[in-house]
Order: sequence, then structure tokens, then C-alpha cells
Amino acid sequence: MSKATEIISPEHGAADPHDTHDGHHDHHAPSGIMRWVLTTNHKDIGTLYLWFAFIMFLVGGAMAMVIRAELFQPGLQIVEPNFFNQMTTVHGLIMVFGAVMPAFTGLANWLVPMMIGAPDMALPRMNNWSFWILPFAFTILLASLFVEGGGPAFGWTFYAPLSTTYSGDSTALFVFSVHIMGISSIMGAINVIVTIVNMRAPGMTWMKMPLFVWTWLITAFLLIAVMPVLAGAVTMVLTDKFFGTSFFDAAGGGDPVMFQHIFWFFGHPEVYIMILPAFGIISQIVPTFARKPLFGYASMVYATASIALLSFIVWAHHMFTTGMPVAAEMFFMFATMLISVPTGVKVFNWVATMWRGSMTFEVPMLFALAFIVLFTIGGLSGLMLAITPVDFQYHDTYFVVAHFHYVLVTGAIFSIMAAVYYWIPKWTGRMFDVTLAKWHFWCSLISVNVLFFPMHFVGLAGMPRRIPDYALQFADFNKWISLGGFAFGLSQLIFLVVMIKACRKQGEPVSDRVWEGAEGLEWEIPSPAPYHTFETPPVVK
Amino acid sequence: MKRLEIRILKAWTTLMLLLTGSAAVAAANSEVSSLNLRRGATEISGQVYDLHMLMFSICVGIAVIVFGIMFVSMYLHRKSRGAKPANFHESVKVEIAWTVAPFLILIFMAVPAAKTLIAMEDASEPDLTVVVTGSQWKWHYKYMDRDVEYYSLLATQREQISNRFDKGENYLLEVDRPLVIPTGKKVRFLITSDDVIHSWWVPDFAVKKDANPGFINEAWTRVKEPGVYRGQCAELCGKDHGFMPVVVIAKEPKAYEAWVSEQEAMQQKAREEEQRLMAMSMSMDELMTEGERVYNATCAACHMPNGEGLPGVFPALKGSAIATQDQLAHIDIVLNGKTGTAMQGFGKMLSLKELAAVITYERNAWGNNTGDLVQAADVNAVASGE
Repeated sequence: MSKATEIISPEHGAADPHDTHDGHHDHHAPSGIMRWVLTTNHKDIGTLYLWFAFIMFLVGGAMAMVIRAELFQPGLQIVEPNFFNQMTTVHGLIMVFGAVMPAFTGLANWLVPMMIGAPDMALPRMNNWSFWILPFAFTILLASLFVEGGGPAFGWTFYAPLSTTYSGDSTALFVFSVHIMGISSIMGAINVIVTIVNMRAPGMTWMKMPLFVWTWLITAFLLIAVMPVLAGAVTMVLTDKFFGTSFFDAAGGGDPVMFQHIFWFFGHPEVYIMILPAFGIISQIVPTFARKPLFGYASMVYATASIALLSFIVWAHHMFTTGMPVAAEMFFMFATMLISVPTGVKVFNWVATMWRGSMTFEVPMLFALAFIVLFTIGGLSGLMLAITPVDFQYHDTYFVVAHFHYVLVTGAIFSIMAAVYYWIPKWTGRMFDVTLAKWHFWCSLISVNVLFFPMHFVGLAGMPRRIPDYALQFADFNKWISLGGFAFGLSQLIFLVVMIKACRKQGEPVSDRVWEGAEGLEWEIPSPAPYHTFETPPVVK
Repeated sequence: MKRLEIRILKAWTTLMLLLTGSAAVAAANSEVSSLNLRRGATEISGQVYDLHMLMFSICVGIAVIVFGIMFVSMYLHRKSRGAKPANFHESVKVEIAWTVAPFLILIFMAVPAAKTLIAMEDASEPDLTVVVTGSQWKWHYKYMDRDVEYYSLLATQREQISNRFDKGENYLLEVDRPLVIPTGKKVRFLITSDDVIHSWWVPDFAVKKDANPGFINEAWTRVKEPGVYRGQCAELCGKDHGFMPVVVIAKEPKAYEAWVSEQEAMQQKAREEEQRLMAMSMSMDELMTEGERVYNATCAACHMPNGEGLPGVFPALKGSAIATQDQLAHIDIVLNGKTGTAMQGFGKMLSLKELAAVITYERNAWGNNTGDLVQAADVNAVASGE
């Protein structure tokens, strides 16, 4: 599609009535911290989201370091089991709701308007609000670790009745903070949908939209569909615990397994919320560095939509051991296996895009290629997990931990890193420190596999997840896993340095197009991208 | 496709298949693998293992081919090698092919999977039934039709966990009283829970079933060979989730029959003994010694060995109202638990003598010094509602 996109950009045009208007805005913009607090600019808000996500990534990562330090050898060394459970719980919550989701929202803020030729997000004030409630949500969640009895210790999946009758009083703080995160996500999603539906430049028809925009549009619908379900689940936990209801208590006519159905009805689409935008990013990056248009654009769009639809009918594959009727187990097994078809189509399309291209391997491409290989490994172990009889053996072991870290760390997070390296020269107008970025890539790539690959082995050999201590036969691999974990954690400090240097605008100025093969509206505007872009819509032919 | 491309791809595929093939064979041959699933001890676990290996091989095959094409492309179609980009960007034929082919592979996987699943879920016509009840953090086994029931607790010493003693061979995978089942018989498990959700898992049987409070799940096994089979709780169930292993001993039917009859006799005798002891009074020293043993085995997981509990999670007994004031209320809460909290009732688990001892211990340890002596008869009075 993009090769057909010809643009008449006002940014490069001569005097335009809006230019003066532009200057007018900037002149009166607040400075210092208030610029960031009051901003309604999609680029500022995108930056806020991305830095917030990065800080949360480091905080959640620090918790993972505690977990891996405790698991370095058998026996209890560093933390008590109760605190260990708080670490696994809050690590999961922070990485899902604090790191991956806000990072994607940040990318959407920066990129969606620039990609569709819109001047900003459709609802800029709500945009400000949807970001600025997030720090409060996570302050509450982190503060809960310091109340008497500690923070949530029931896993990020907060299965009742462990999270109701048997949890500490900090559960109220957990519920409140999840509510705020949910409101933020819903507002963000509404904004994305309204922007994409209403603010595309003339000529930017549906099937000309860049895939990142398509995947985010579909993600936003998933968010609006399932975040209220999560809000319902936490509310029921709250009333079961504090107000005497019995939604999940058999003694009062409720059912603890119903909690899991409700949670995973949210939880499974949530998994795709965290990976569909990644598919979009990879579909932008691979054609650029293969210097060849994306193979099968239309099938990519249909595959994304199919994955999103299927994601609503597979939730109970997380619950095969709960004692479902065999017919239900069959249904969820077959439905889950089906998801591998559209996912496979995506991977094949990326490989076909590379085939007979003219490839170069700049940092964003390195991350994208690592994504394709490692995400596919995670996808294949996911296919194994779909097979109910064997899932009985895999379920709740480190095999599952390995699986979802392959799709979330080397999938979602690698795609976010690829995206940041790909677009940050456009945002800052400077090339990042390429040498350091390559160090970041290679250190991350090696350590992440030392970290997560042996988890498959200990899981198959029978190590359950969420345990602070383990039997002796798992000791050797756990040592390697922990060492890989520490190395991966340290590697991210290189990323921090690269990002700080980039934001301080160190590095060589870049051209408007930045990458030789880059296509799309965002590469037609100057580098760095001006504070306001496309105040007059470009015409896409 | 050019010849060079095909040649590289062939070489890569052969190499990878040789590598992963030999690795898989090596893993399959080792008895106690630390790398892979085990074949296990039942017909079903063997089927599950075969399914796992089938899925694994298919996945490796797909990965080798897809990554092979990708790596060949990365090597040959590089700009630095002077590659000029082609301009194709769709092909209906190819796209239909790679949608339909995976679909066929899926059907090939689904058929054996469905067969095994149906066999696994058919718990009908068992030879014997055991009720398995999880609670924080132990398992309870009750033989239906036989007068035998008991709790099964972690047997690993605290000192091993805190690294003061060397760790034993079966560290964290050993219990005081394993479940005993006969070989060659269809044993049905009815699985439930007294508090949170647990999951009863024995890898060698390929049985993992959640224990849901208020509901009963079914699973079954038929063990081929006598032996000791070890597993663990698989569902996060609170603080000591990592410390509630499952150990099952499979015995020849005759040996099993002898064992279960012996247990019946022993439990019958213990009950008679208990009635006889009712009239007997124990001294403070006896009660305190026995009480400390019971406390550390049963109560210390939550209330901590020093009686201080975990603030905000598990209440302290040291200096608490319940352990220093109304004795009847104290006996009642230990016997029956407190609904809506993690405090479970121990009337089912401990003997009257043990209950009397542990309550005495709690009322006199850690400076509680009430001087109260609780005897088995006192506990029995509360238990029988007097």
C-alpha cells in the first residue's frame, strides 16, 4: 500500500495560514514541569507514556531480580515465602499494566496521528487525563507493599478465594489501583478509535492505513470489550472480601471457578492486546529494511481481525485442570489450535517480505528479526499448550512461564524496543548511539535466552511455577536461569543510557526519511517532528 | 527459488533435524530426565508423553523450515551482497496454501489429542476411590469403603529449608504419610478443598486436577509398576504453596490389602486409646512437650514458631486475647476454625490428646504463662457440645 502513497505535505509547502497559528500555540505553551502536566499534545503524551512504561519496566524488573535471586539455589535465602508471592504478583501486574500496555499506548499517541495525517489525537484533554491517572494507580499498587501484611500475594491472576477470604487488607488498594488502570486503558482506547475513524487524511482509506494503525484499532476494540470485565471481576473480589457477598464462595451459593471464567474472559483478549500492536510494529519495520513492500497486506489485516475474534472464545484453555466437562475441554482445545492459523499467516508474510528483498540490519531490524524467531518459539509452545491432555502436564509449571515470557518479553517488549529504535530518530531528529544500541541488542538477545529457554526444561521436568523453593533436581538449570536474568536486567541499563542520550539530542542529525527504505506519512515530515504536524491534512493518493 | 538457496536450505534442515533428533532421543532415553516430560507409570501418562513428543517434533519441524527460509534470505538477500529488491507483495495461491496446510497439520494433531483426552476423563467403574482434600498446606486422604483417613504433610525439616542442615535427596518432595494405592487397579480420586484452590499433581500419572472448595473433581489412574511417585501442589495456594508435596506409593494388590487392613486396625485402636485416655490427666511438662511438637508441625506455618504470626496476614498468639483469656473460646477456635478467615478447624486432624497439648502450649508458651492446663476431656467436652 505504501508505495502508492503520494503525499502533498503542508510542512514542506510555502507560507500556510496555519504556520503562524502554529507559532502562536508554542509561544503560550507552559514551560517546565507544567508543560508536561497540562499538555494535550499527542507527542508530549506519547513521551510521557513511554518514559512511564520504561520506569515501570525497571521497577517490575527489579522485582524479577528479587525472584531470581531467591531461586538462584534451593532453600530459602533472601526473602520469606509471603514476600516472594508479593513479588511474583506485583511483578506481573506492573509488567502487564504498567510496562507493556502504556508503552503501546505511548507509541499509538506518537504514531497514529502522524501515520494517518491527523494533527493530534481526537480527544486531547481526555488523552492527558488517561495518562495522568496512571502514576496514581501504580503509586497505590506499590504503596500496598508497605502496609501491614504486605501487598497482594495471590498472583496477578488473583484467583478467588485466595484473593478474597484468604487475602490481606491491602486487597482494597489492589482493587482500587486496577480500577484506575482500567479507566485509563478504556479512555486511551476510545481516543485511538475516534482518532482513526474520524481523522484520517483525505485519501487515507481503510486499506491504505499502515498496519500499526490497523492493529491498534483492533486492539482498542478489544480493550473496550474486556477492561470492563476486569473491573467487574475486581469489584466482585472487593465485595466478597469486604461486604459479605458470595460471588466466588460455594458456601453462599457462589463458585470459585466462575471467577476464573470471568478473569480469563478478560485475560485472554488481554494477551492479544499485548501482542497485536507488536504485529503492527514488525509489519512496519521489516519492509523498510528489506526494501520491499509488505507481503500480503490484506491478509495481515484479516489475520489480525481473526485473531481478535478468536481471542473471545478460547479463554478456558487457561483452566483445563479446573474440572470442565470433556466437551468444553474439546471446544476450547480446538478453538485455541485455530488461532495458530492466522498467527502463522503473519509469520509467513514477514518471511515472504524478506525473501528476495535487499536487507540491511540496523538496530530496529535486529530486534524485529529476533522478535520473529523468538515470538514464533513462544507461539509454538503455545500450540503445544493448547493440546488439553498434555496441558495437564504443562499447566502451572515453568513450561508455561517460559511460554508467556517468550511471547511477552521477546515478543511484546522486543517489538517495543524495535519501535523505539525505529522511530526515535524521527522524534528527536538525531540518530541514537548505534554502537551502544547494538550492545544492548546482543546482550539482551543472549541473556534473554539463557533466562527463558531452560525454563522449558525445568517445567517439563516438573517444577511448578510460583514457588519460592524447589527440589534439588531443578537446581542446575535454575542457577543458569538466574544468571541469565541478572544479565538481561543489566542489559536494560544500556537501553536506559541510549535513551537518555537520545532524549538529550546527542548524535548526528538525521534526514526526514531517516531509513533508506522507510515509507509512510510519518517519514514525510521534518526530523525532528515539529510540535504540531498535519494541521492541514495531507492528501494521500 | 534459485539452486543456491535450495542447497543452503537443505543443508540447514538436515543439520537441525539431526541435532534436535539426537537431543530428543537422548532426552527420551534418560530415566529421570531433568530436561523433558517422563513417560510415567501409567498407560495414559505414556500416551500423554507420546502426544507431547509428537507435538514437539511437529513444532521443531515447522520452526526449522520457517527459520531456515528466513536465515537463507537473511544471508543471500542482503544489500551488502548486492541483492536488488524484488517487488512482489502478494500471491493468492501461496497465501491460500499456507492457510490450508497448517489447518491440515492441526487436524492431524487434534485426532490423537481428542482420543487421549476422552480416555483421561473417563473415571467410570473404578476399583477403589480415594477422597483427596487440599487445605493450607497439606493433603488429606480418605479411602471410601474403608475406615482409613489421614493427613499427609511435608516431611522435610525446617532446618533444611533454612539451609542450616544439608538437603536430603527428596528435599521438598517427601511427606510423613504418603498415599498408598494398589497397582493394576483403577483408582479414582475425588478431589476437593477445605479452603483455597489447590491442585493435586503427580507427573508420573499425568494427573493434575484442581481442588476447588465446595466442589468435587474427578480423576483416575491405573499404575503399572510398584514404586514411589512424587508430585506437588500446582496451584498457588498462599504462603506455603511450595511446601505441600504429593507422594504416592503404589503397592502390589496383596501388599496394598495388607497395608490398608493394618491401617484400619491401627486407626480403630487409636480411637479406643483416645477414649481410654479421656479420663487420664497429663502433667504440665508432658502437655508442653507434646504441645510444642504439635504446634511446630501444625500451627507454626502461619502463627510462626515464636507465636508472633505475620502482622496483617496471620495474627499473633503471643499475648493475644484468645490464648490468654477465655479458655473455652480458645478450644473452640482450634477445634472448629473461624469462618471467613484462614483459620481452619483442627478437630479432624489432631487427636484429643494432641489438641489438649497444643492448646496448653499456646496458653503457656512465649510468656503467655496463664498456667492453664487443658486436658483431653476438656477438649472432648467442647467437641461434643457440652
